[in-house]
Amino acid sequence: MNRHLFSRLSDVFRVLGLGLILLVSLPALAQFRVEVSGVGLTQVPISIAPFKGQSGSIQKISAIVQADLERSGQFRTVNASHGALDETSLPDLSVFRQAGSDALVSGSVTTLSDGRLDVRFRLWDVVKAQDLGGQSFAVAAADARLAAHRVADYVYEKLTGDKGAFSTRIAYVTKSGQRHQLWVADSDGENAQSALASPEPIISPAWSPDGNQLAYVSFESRKPVIYVHNVGSGKRRLIANFKGSNSAPAWSPDGKTLAVTLSRDGGSQLFLLSAAGGEPRRLIQSSSIDTEPVFSPDGRSIFFVSDRGGSPQIYKVGINGQGVERVTFTGTYNISPAISQDGRWMAYISRLGGAFKLHLMEIDSGNVRALADTSADESPSFAPNSKLVVYATQFQGKEALMTTTLDGKVKARLNGQNGDIREPHWGPFLN
Amino acid sequence: MKNLMFALAFSAFLVGCGTTVPLSDVPVSDATANPVSGAAGANGGSGVNGSGVVPVDLGQSGSLANMPAAKRTVYFDYDSFVIKPEYQALISENARLIMGQAGRKVAIEGHTDETGGREYNLALGQKRAEAVAGALTVLGVSRNQVEAVSFGKEKPAVLGNDEAAYSQNRRAEIRYQ
Repeated sequence: MNRHLFSRLSDVFRVLGLGLILLVSLPALAQFRVEVSGVGLTQVPISIAPFKGQSGSIQKISAIVQADLERSGQFRTVNASHGALDETSLPDLSVFRQAGSDALVSGSVTTLSDGRLDVRFRLWDVVKAQDLGGQSFAVAAADARLAAHRVADYVYEKLTGDKGAFSTRIAYVTKSGQRHQLWVADSDGENAQSALASPEPIISPAWSPDGNQLAYVSFESRKPVIYVHNVGSGKRRLIANFKGSNSAPAWSPDGKTLAVTLSRDGGSQLFLLSAAGGEPRRLIQSSSIDTEPVFSPDGRSIFFVSDRGGSPQIYKVGINGQGVERVTFTGTYNISPAISQDGRWMAYISRLGGAFKLHLMEIDSGNVRALADTSADESPSFAPNSKLVVYATQFQGKEALMTTTLDGKVKARLNGQNGDIREPHWGPFLN
Repeated sequence: MKNLMFALAFSAFLVGCGTTVPLSDVPVSDATANPVSGAAGANGGSGVNGSGVVPVDLGQSGSLANMPAAKRTVYFDYDSFVIKPEYQALISENARLIMGQAGRKVAIEGHTDETGGREYNLALGQKRAEAVAGALTVLGVSRNQVEAVSFGKEKPAVLGNDEAAYSQNRRAEIRYQ
């Protein structure tokens, strides 16, 4: 009885509020930019109905789900005219089929008596007229976005077979005037929380494999030193402050070791350091620059940058320091390797003429393709499902963060803080 | 009094640095070094009563700390860490000043222009800093006084995306601490 009254009331609200919802959601859509290029894209056409009850909320769940799915490159949204829907509705799927949609998400947002939000949804296979299940999450009001990202993760996994990485976090750095800040944000760049503010530069943030800590390079003591920072508690540990420069931290997959670049014995050289701190062990010795180490996902080798051949190129070495192999062979400047979790891909920056461009190598075949047509790309980092790369670039004269699919066809600019935005690092799966 | 002791110690240090000092003179320079440890003892409080205060004036050698950037900055060519001949006089002058103050720590801060990756530029800046630090130690500066560090492209001296700005940013600064 009460429920009927409630749903009838909300129907009235929806009819009255529909125009308002569209207007309100316009600015969000305008900020969100997805650029699709190229032909031959196979994308799942999907309809995402406005969630019942979301009109009263600042965060539009359906808009966040839509943005996530579009940014992944695997989906395109199809609008269909339909009545009010939620996770309990039995929708008339023929409407969506005629509109060209293969899938439908419907759901609701309810504020519970303790102030939390109850987010519920259901996914439909429109073609087979099949209920593909649903979920409900009760989250703190501040975590509405997280709930939306989890809806997107569910849809992504059901329809592509791959795990979604929307409810993960990205760290990045901003510079505004003389203020440098390290942020932890949602995977779409939104909901950024400041982890550290400093009058001196911060570079090279790197997530620990458990997603709780960030290692980074701070210049706060007027030289580069490496901190490990627990983002939940704000506690920081200075783990490398040796004579000279300390930089380029990278975590081993088990989280126990960091590979770092130290100049304490002269030159920029690679060392391994316990995450608990202590005395570093030299990984390899050379008379050249060796820097930017990253572990392979199996933890058995380290990719790094060296100018031992006369120009910076990417190399690989065993974790025991044996068997150095060159990995990049084209071009005279290849830096900043990132390895996908599935071990299949290496993203890196290659200089072509005067331009620095994001490239992708299939490691086994050595095949390379350019992923971006911008000219000041930096610091690529893979999503934990190996399906997207986030990177820093220049956009309209300002620093910006972009994501791209591995075919380079779908790119999105992430919203972020004001000022220059740089040094993205995509965190692991949480939970 | 303290200054006098430092002065004595420095002369001893400079004499000790000379390559022509006969081995038999070494005990003498050891003897003159003793007052320095005495002074350090006073700093530590052993020779001063509880209410005594030993003033520490970090601006004591302000003429060094405030030396204009032009007199302590070495500029480099693109992608190079070779010190050009025109900077030899600047490096010699700084070496002389540093050797004149055995307790003074000096940072050599390497920088690059704003093109290229942050970490690779940090390594390039380190090479520049180490080149200048090496030139200073060749002239007799103690390695313990000098630390070569890098800021990579993080602290450009001049903003701008042209060669005029870039050439001002490819540098190593000698900074007296």
